[in-house]
Parts: sequence; C-alpha cells; structure tokens
Amino acid sequence: MSLMLEMNQRALDLGVPLSVHLDITYRCNERCIHCYLDHDDLGEMSTDEIRNVLDQLADAGVFFLALSGGEVLMRRDFFTIVEHARRRQFNVKVKTNGVMIREVEARRMRELGVEQVQISVYSHRPEVHDRITRLPGSLRRTIEAIRFLKTQGLKVSIANVLMTANLADNSGVIALAKELGVSYTLDPTITPKIDGDTSVLGLRAPGSELKQVFRNEELVGNVQEFCAPPPGADEDVLDGYPCSAGHTSCYVSPYGDVFPCVQFPLPSGNLRRESFIDIWQKSSALAEVRSIRARDLVSCSACSHVGTCSRCPGLAYMEGNMRGPSRADCEKSFLRTGIPSANMLRDGAMAGGRLIQIQPVVPPS
Amino acid sequence: MSERYIAPSSAIAARMLGGEMMIMSAVDSTFFTLNEVATVIWQSADGTTPLSQIIHERVCSEFDVDSTSALYDANDFVDEMAKHGILIVSDHPIVVSASQEPAR
Repeated sequence: MSLMLEMNQRALDLGVPLSVHLDITYRCNERCIHCYLDHDDLGEMSTDEIRNVLDQLADAGVFFLALSGGEVLMRRDFFTIVEHARRRQFNVKVKTNGVMIREVEARRMRELGVEQVQISVYSHRPEVHDRITRLPGSLRRTIEAIRFLKTQGLKVSIANVLMTANLADNSGVIALAKELGVSYTLDPTITPKIDGDTSVLGLRAPGSELKQVFRNEELVGNVQEFCAPPPGADEDVLDGYPCSAGHTSCYVSPYGDVFPCVQFPLPSGNLRRESFIDIWQKSSALAEVRSIRARDLVSCSACSHVGTCSRCPGLAYMEGNMRGPSRADCEKSFLRTGIPSANMLRDGAMAGGRLIQIQPVVPPS
Repeated sequence: MSERYIAPSSAIAARMLGGEMMIMSAVDSTFFTLNEVATVIWQSADGTTPLSQIIHERVCSEFDVDSTSALYDANDFVDEMAKHGILIVSDHPIVVSASQEPAR
C-alpha cells in the first residue's frame, strides 16, 4: 500500500476530512455552454469568513485544499485567501480557466507555494474552445497562462471536458499538453445545472465516442485490462464504501454550504450557522452517506460490475436515490466491457453510454 | 560539532493525522509521514532552539532514548528533510516568518 493510501485509510478510520473542495465564487469571466453554475453572486462569504473557514478546516485536519469556482481570480482577495491557506499549511490546488493569469499572478502562486494549477482547455482550436467558453480570445489567454505558470516552475494540468461540441479534439489537446509539458485529464462528466435544469445533458458525448475513448491506450493504459469483464464481487467489495465523498472529503460552496462532494448536492449544513467540525461530526445527512455500503445499494449490490463500476453516489442522488444506480455509470460500465449492468437488464435500457472518468495522462519528463 | 538550528520551509504542506505529521513538499511533491519522535522535532523547529537542546529537552524527556544516539539519528533526519527542501538548517538562529510556523 502506498503511503498516500495508508494516510487515506488512517483518515477514514479516524473520521478525518483529509480533503476539501472549496468554491470561493460562482462568478466567472467565461460562460461555458456546459457549465452547471449560476454565475450571480448570491452572497459569497467575505474574506474574513473564508479565513475563518480555512482555520476551521485546518483544525479539523484537512490537508488537501482545492480552491475553485466560478473563476477564482474574479475575487479580488484571491491571493489573500491563498496566502492564508498556505499559512495554515494546506496543500493547495487551484482550478482556473487561466484567462486572468499573467506573469505577476503566476509568480505570486509560486511564491505562495501552490502545489498544482488545473486549467480547463476544451480544444486546441480557438474556434472550438472560444465557442464553448463564449469568450473570444480565451484559448490564447489560457495557453499564455499555462506558459507563465510553467516558467515559474509550477505543476500544471489540463482538464479537458469531453462533450458534443469538441468530440474530435481530445487528441489535439493531448498533443497541446505534451507540447506545453503539462499533464492531461479527460473528463466527460456533464451534470445538470445547479437549478435542476437538465438541458445541458444534451451535450454529453455519445456512447460511440466513449467506446473509442475507452480503447485509447494513451488515456486508459492497458486497454485489455481496462475493458476486461468484471470479476465477481467478494465480501470485501460488498462491505466497501462507494467513494470518499462524506467519508474523507467534502465540498464547501461560496455561501458556506457543505455537501458531501461538488457532484453530490445533498445539503449537510452551513458554515454561517454551524462550525465545520459540528457539521462534519454531527450532520445527519453525512451520517446517512457514511452508513451506505455496497451491499446496501439497490440493484448495484447484485450487479456483476459492483466491484469495478465507477458509480457516483452524487449522480445517483441526482437521479433520485443515493442508494440507487447512476445510469450514466451503468452505461459507462457497459460501454467499457460490453456487459450490461443489472440495472440496465432490469430496465431494458441498453442504449447510449454517457459518463466516464479517466486517469490523467502524465507527460514524459 | 557546532550547534544546528532548524526551521520548516515555507514551501511545504503539513498536517497532524493520528499523532503523526504528514508533510508534502510543494517543490517536488515528495510526501513524508513522521513518526512520533520526528514529529516532536518538527514541532520544535522554531529556528532559535538548537537541535541538541530539542533532543535533550523534548525528545529524551518524552521517549526512552539516550541523548547521544538520539542526536545522531536526529542529525540524519534533519539532513534528509533538508535535502528535500522541507527543513531549513543553519549554524545560526533562523528568523521564522508566520508562514513557516510548524503545524501542531
């Protein structure tokens, strides 16, 4: 077991929230066609409130802190927040579109000891990327930002969301990542909008495209292994947890709302009314999430994919039941292996795979 | 051997987990966990207390070790941490900024 896995297990045993994703704003300078957020400011936490939240997170044992949004640099106090986070010795990862990062911002991030910067790139072609972000010139600015960050010696990764608007371009973005010397992650997850509007789901990549992605060695490593039929589930698998959401990680919104994960909108408390540690230790919502084992899952517990499926409890929750299947992940398992899930067999829903999660491609050093 | 002073680098992330310190270098992402003795040394790394004093007053008083071998091991530990840029080591007291205060 790697040291990191050991720490994760220890955090799980001790009930420590090892990582937190904190959105400091939903405001953004881009208007991406697939975005799930409402970009109005409905009462973001102030600088002092965020400093106080960071202190509480540090005291609770949080080590990995992802600062995201919206666009983080839309907040004028962004560097004040990072400075405080680093003073409290978090491992800080910043998620941004990079449009507002020039040499000065890149240098400041390096000086503050930001561990990694993740930047969204949708295509290597400006006409495609800028059409998705609806911000003319955004690809040029984003690529410039990556160069500024690399010049400072910062670790940068490109996050490439796959959707109908950029289907043909992931190989071009991989080549761009290699040229820039940064790692690459493909993410085809398109989620309903925060207000429940599901119209963006029409942008999900079709199953035929995902099948190709699953068989791309550059993305999945050993294709034969990745697409192999699932082994039978044993007792360990059935006693296991679906993912870290609510167990060793959680999400905090710009308004102080706490959820198990950014993709799991189960209200668990608000930091303007309760302390983080009280929410983490006493929230009935988080307790319910933590009580679920694979053997408790409706239909999934009897599915041959139960040990290898990337079932997202947040997506299942959004589909109506956090103990139920996530259809998108059922389809993913089917497209990967050719073997339908128990849920698909029950519903007769065999068509159209949609969501996948792929490990990062690390560029040659 | 002259006195050695130690202070944590500002380019690290650190947190206590179950009595042991987790440390990650922001420079090369090297990840360490410190055992109880090393954690005590880390928490005492204020830049002004000599390493020998830390060993005598904090380590030998809390753990069943003799000061000579403890100091020998501590010097190895400090050198290893310094090699990864996690600890700053000097023959003179080090001025520690707020961002360098060791996690407790």
